[in-house]
Amino acid sequence: MEMLIFLLFAALALGSSLVVVLHRNPIYATISLVLTLFCVAVLFVLLGAPFLGVLQVLIYTGAIVVLFLFVIMLLNVGREESHGAGQGLQIAGALGGAAVFFLLVGLALWRTGLPELHPLTADLVALKSLSRDLFTEYLLPFEIVGLLLLVAVIGATVVARKPPQDGPAASTANAEGAEL
Amino acid sequence: MSVPIHWYLLLAAAMFCIGAAGALTRRNGISIFLSIELMLNAANLTLVAYSRLLDVRTGQLVVFFVLAVAAAEAAVGLALFIAVFRQRHTIDLNRINLMRW
Repeated sequence: MEMLIFLLFAALALGSSLVVVLHRNPIYATISLVLTLFCVAVLFVLLGAPFLGVLQVLIYTGAIVVLFLFVIMLLNVGREESHGAGQGLQIAGALGGAAVFFLLVGLALWRTGLPELHPLTADLVALKSLSRDLFTEYLLPFEIVGLLLLVAVIGATVVARKPPQDGPAASTANAEGAEL
Repeated sequence: MSVPIHWYLLLAAAMFCIGAAGALTRRNGISIFLSIELMLNAANLTLVAYSRLLDVRTGQLVVFFVLAVAAAEAAVGLALFIAVFRQRHTIDLNRINLMRW
């Protein structure tokens, strides 16, 4: 049963990630990314990390992908435009590099092997132990991540804000225009 | 029947390769961003798989932090795209070449 679920969602994840990369329209690519992330969340649950699966669905598909869709629709980016010289060579190089990397990983796994897989322990799955670690041993990184999120919110707001009009002259000109 | 952990690792490697190839070949800024998210997820899957294999929680905790950093990265990156789009009316990375050698 576990094998069946794994095979189903692994195939779905691979297929939808191919669609993410290959589809010309960013909106379809983003929707396909939702499917990939959901499949990875299911695999997290299979691997004994249900909390991370929930977080994955909440944060990625609930927040990040919605942000992506929002920006795509705001900018109205359509299909890709330019095809510079050497595009075919670039694609061939990237595909070749990816294939070589995958073969090397497969070879390393095949030659070295991995230790025996134990059955899932309650301690690994339990949210209580995870959160205890998070608030004792990993408290400093936790706080730093909170600070990082704050900085990112402020930075994103500042960067995406509409730039002010060029100096006071422009604003007075606007004011005059409004009066006229 | 239990799933061998190799399969998770191979799946993660395949997803990472797909994402890397996409990030290297696409021209649209948003598409490259999507590919990077894909690569981040593949790395997360590897971390959780090793966490399961070695029966320690460290991998899961790292994935927790990666999720938070990915959220921050997406927010800032998309804000940058909006700012660039205001200036140049495109996010085609072949045309954003002011700082390119």
